[in-house]
Amino acid sequence: MNRDRISKEIEETYAKEPKTFALKLGIAFIVVLLLAWSSSTMEIADSGLDGMKIAAGIVNGIFHPDTELLFDPTTQGVGYLLLETVCIAFLGTIVGAILAVPLAFISATNIVPKPVAVVGRVFIMAVRTIPAFVYGLMFIRVTGPGPFAGLLTMSLCSIGMVCKMYIEYIEDMDTRILESLDAAGCNLFQKIRYGILPQLFPDFVSTIIYRFDINLRDATVLGLVGAGGIGAPLIFAMNSYRWNEVGAILCGLIVLILIIEVLSTKIRTKLARG
Amino acid sequence: MNTSEMSLFDKIFKPKPYQLPNGKVSYERASRTPLILLLLLIMTVISVKVTGFSFETLVKRGHEFFTILFAMFPPKWSYLNSVWGPLFDTIKMSLLGSFIGSVLCVPFAVLAANNIVKNKLVLAVTKVFLSIMRTLPTLVTALIATYIFGLGTLAGTTAIAVFTFAYVGKQLYEIIDTVDMGAYEACEAMGLSKPQALWRSVMPQVLPTYLSTSLYCFEGNVRYAAILGYVGAGGLGLILNEKIGWREYSSVGMILIVLFFTVVLIEYISHYIRSKLT
Repeated sequence: MNRDRISKEIEETYAKEPKTFALKLGIAFIVVLLLAWSSSTMEIADSGLDGMKIAAGIVNGIFHPDTELLFDPTTQGVGYLLLETVCIAFLGTIVGAILAVPLAFISATNIVPKPVAVVGRVFIMAVRTIPAFVYGLMFIRVTGPGPFAGLLTMSLCSIGMVCKMYIEYIEDMDTRILESLDAAGCNLFQKIRYGILPQLFPDFVSTIIYRFDINLRDATVLGLVGAGGIGAPLIFAMNSYRWNEVGAILCGLIVLILIIEVLSTKIRTKLARG
Repeated sequence: MNTSEMSLFDKIFKPKPYQLPNGKVSYERASRTPLILLLLLIMTVISVKVTGFSFETLVKRGHEFFTILFAMFPPKWSYLNSVWGPLFDTIKMSLLGSFIGSVLCVPFAVLAANNIVKNKLVLAVTKVFLSIMRTLPTLVTALIATYIFGLGTLAGTTAIAVFTFAYVGKQLYEIIDTVDMGAYEACEAMGLSKPQALWRSVMPQVLPTYLSTSLYCFEGNVRYAAILGYVGAGGLGLILNEKIGWREYSSVGMILIVLFFTVVLIEYISHYIRSKLT
């Protein structure tokens, strides 16, 4: 009967499926092994303080922020600190994004020979590996503590990720357009203006805006080493258990980041659609 | 062009009319570029003022940047043996943290997906919750965790788990949003319950991207975990901070080199697995 034939065919197809059970079991075993290995280091150290009490303090502080600090118009207030953070992130992103352009071009395999590209990539990886606070300390030697050091740190930290994205876009570039521009008799400047820029610009801008978003979040790290921004007051307030101040600063930061995120998503979808 | 289509910008800077050969009138909108450039310029000027950016200092004292950098070379090889412990702590922290975070975020991601949950309130609440979790700087989470769990790797693991939770959660609900719902509807029509239908139809579509996102997050977390030690949350950052404090830059160089090769290795492995997944 027809139905029998169909069910037989189904069974045959099932039988033809690759037998992955052993592989799956092996992967599961490895994962469990890795997890067991990694949980071996966990231990609950005694903080000397009641953890729950502190958690309650934090939650309480976040819901009862220090409104005086939150709306303080002077340079000590949350408003100015947020402005400083935004400025650090903004200028840092721009400087980093500009520095990243030549680096990305000399690391793209369709522009330069492979060995050069590999050297470029290793250099970018090395720049990425050094943690932000180490850069912060290095720059403080140059500029002294303050937002300027933070800005330089941010720009150096941005280079890694921005470069990685740039390289992908450059390698995806349609080079046939350049050939047709060549055939039409365009000079180098015209080729860059009409052949390369229109292809890369939206993607580059999108990456830069995304990185700005990240930089704003990461700017708290700078506070650790005194490189400006909202991080330092936040960490001071936390170390001295002034949870209301922590609440005020966190509230400001969360609202700011949410606003920037909404804006950046909007601009990026617009860029992607053209 | 009727006025309702015009934005405020077009009302101020009138579009340029063109008479086409067939008699119709076409409008070219005024370019937005000058306005955007002006805004960027204003923001740059403000930023330069606020941050005290000066090329002069940079040129004059720029070489100071390399003092520490050159002091790191040659690295102190004898220090290598004391790096392994904290290094493995860092990897363990990121591995466990990434795992916990990416597992915990699954139910939240399902609740935040437009095509599965139809209740607007639930959607909005989960999305806002995930957004707020994402705004918390990892360092702050780590600091809070050290107060609650004490100094050590547990605090770092918690911070990484929270970050992974928020990041993978957002990516996952965006992936689920774009899933082909035909299979899900077919499963429901066959009489499967909602969770069963989810498991049978949505899960296989989402799984590769989900695993790939989690792995990608793990890659980044290894780098992050090295910072967390600064606030006492265990791992490489702890000794890094210590050695910088003592100005033993050759040991710092050693730590950074080890970190570099670890990150390269992990990225290579994860890249390989991710290319197999998709």
